[in-house]
Amino acid sequence: MKAYNPDKNVRTLVTPEGIDLRLRIADGGSRVGAFTIDLTIMIATLIAITYVMGFATISMDDGGSEVAQAIWLLFAFFLRNFYFMVFEMGPKAATPGKRLMKIRVANRRGGHLTANAIFARNALRELEFFLPLSFVLSVMFLPNQGVDGWLTLLGLIWSFIFLLFPLFNKDRLRAGDLIAGTWVVKSPKLRLSKDLSGAPKPTDGHVRYVFTPSQIDAYGVKELHVLENVLRKNDPTTITEVTSRIMQKIKWPKSDKDPDKTKSTDAASLEFLNAYYAALRGSLETKLLFGVRRKDKFDKR
Amino acid sequence: MSSGSLKSHKFRTDRENDWKQLETLLARLESRSIGALSDGEMIALPALYRATLSSLNVARATSLDQDVIIYLESLTTRAYFAIYGNQTRMGTRISRFFRIGWPKAVQDITRETIASTLVFFLGALLAFVMVRTNMDWYFSFIPESLMGGRTPASTVTELRDTLYHDGDESGLTMFASFLFSHNSRVAIFAFALGFAFAIPSVALMLYNGCTIGAFVALFVDKGLGFEVGGWLIIHGATELFAIILAGAAGIKIGWAVAFPGERSRIDAASHAGTQAAAVLGGVIVMLFLAGLLEGFGRQLVTNDYARYAIGLTTLGLWLIYFYLPRDNDEWHEYGSGEFS
Repeated sequence: MKAYNPDKNVRTLVTPEGIDLRLRIADGGSRVGAFTIDLTIMIATLIAITYVMGFATISMDDGGSEVAQAIWLLFAFFLRNFYFMVFEMGPKAATPGKRLMKIRVANRRGGHLTANAIFARNALRELEFFLPLSFVLSVMFLPNQGVDGWLTLLGLIWSFIFLLFPLFNKDRLRAGDLIAGTWVVKSPKLRLSKDLSGAPKPTDGHVRYVFTPSQIDAYGVKELHVLENVLRKNDPTTITEVTSRIMQKIKWPKSDKDPDKTKSTDAASLEFLNAYYAALRGSLETKLLFGVRRKDKFDKR
Repeated sequence: MSSGSLKSHKFRTDRENDWKQLETLLARLESRSIGALSDGEMIALPALYRATLSSLNVARATSLDQDVIIYLESLTTRAYFAIYGNQTRMGTRISRFFRIGWPKAVQDITRETIASTLVFFLGALLAFVMVRTNMDWYFSFIPESLMGGRTPASTVTELRDTLYHDGDESGLTMFASFLFSHNSRVAIFAFALGFAFAIPSVALMLYNGCTIGAFVALFVDKGLGFEVGGWLIIHGATELFAIILAGAAGIKIGWAVAFPGERSRIDAASHAGTQAAAVLGGVIVMLFLAGLLEGFGRQLVTNDYARYAIGLTTLGLWLIYFYLPRDNDEWHEYGSGEFS
């Protein structure tokens, strides 16, 4: 994920303070994942309640089991219809499945996510998923109930249209999102990692790596970000490889390649890359202050 | 250039504490609603949010540390949702919904409600006339599962019996909750199908009307018109009203999709959708009450006049609740900022 690359999943959301938050649309995979998790939780809950009610019925007379059945029916209804609503109305605007996938529901126009919107997006779920499902289940388990094959086929086509609906619009909207004016966006909780330019200086006081302006100017912002990712991943083979590539590109003198013989080449490479990263970032940021954003190494500015 | 002296690095170290502080406040706010923060923290929150927002703006313009930028974007987004999202407590939300949100939403779709009612009674009248002319039509309107021994072949006594003892008495609670979940699904479909230019919603209203019309026709044919009226109205005043409102909500969406006016089609649909959803939310509550009236009230109250009295009273109460003009500030302010 690159912050400044025109990413097709980035959407503009301007806050009242006038700053674009660049929301990222949740991708299809995490949507499906979240729904699968939620569905699993719902089914598990339903099975659990069935057991509880089953035991309750055994120990009770007819009237009691009657009430137990009624409660079960009501519970199933509320679970199916209000599971999503209750969680999405909470402060995180996400069901447990969505929380795990680090996504949340938001208003497409920005601002409040109203209870009405949540209600609308989830009422449509009944139509998109549960209705065709009940068709299919009734054919599978109650073959003599007058629901014929054609109707089932129709139900399946119907449900496929709705299931695939999010794949055919760029905002990954479900029919429910469309009606409710909502969308599902990423809401990752990120930790701030350490600044790479603040990496430890050489202990003996003198600056080990000094780059000439032409050496620094070999790369642009795009390469800087790639370098940042390499440094954060900290994979020894990649680091060595990248180091030799950069040294080649900037014509770093061969004799200086490993100035400190006591260190292993891996550590030396890392140190070299850190130093080069800091130097490159410093130079590019100075240019940025003067209004020049050097896009990549082909950008001759 | 020696490392650690970059301007963007200094910028970051200077502000890092504010960001961290905002992060901890947000974590508390998200785990539980506003109650989790003290007054001092509540005041600090918007200030920290704006400071972080400004950091993001500066970082985008001057820093090339993508880690910082992505972190700030995620942090400000979280803060934005926490501050501009919903903080209203569930209790307040629910009470406002019943005091204002719901009746106001119902008033907003008065036009659609009238249309939905007309279609419903048109269906009822049509089926009534057809069944009265030729009893065979009865079988086309009423699904077998609903007949329950009520066919044109039944005797007057048998039919009369079904009006006062349907099902066996012990099955009441089960029956009531079955009716509720069944009717709620019908209502949800009437709403959800609306986006197809309202055609399915209208058809559903027509069909429901037909069922009632055919049903009444059968009893009228046997001279039980007055009795069946009491049997229907005791819960029907609530249940049929609810179904009609759900149909109206569907028509509202369908109309917006078909004739979006100045908005874009998608915009119009979502605008109408959120409004209609408020109606539907209330409809589910109505159907719950109707289920109780049908499951218990109808079985326990077998006097025709009492049934009429209960039915007409509930109808009157619903009408007053929905359509009585209200004139207070809260009413006028409600929802005004919602779609800006």
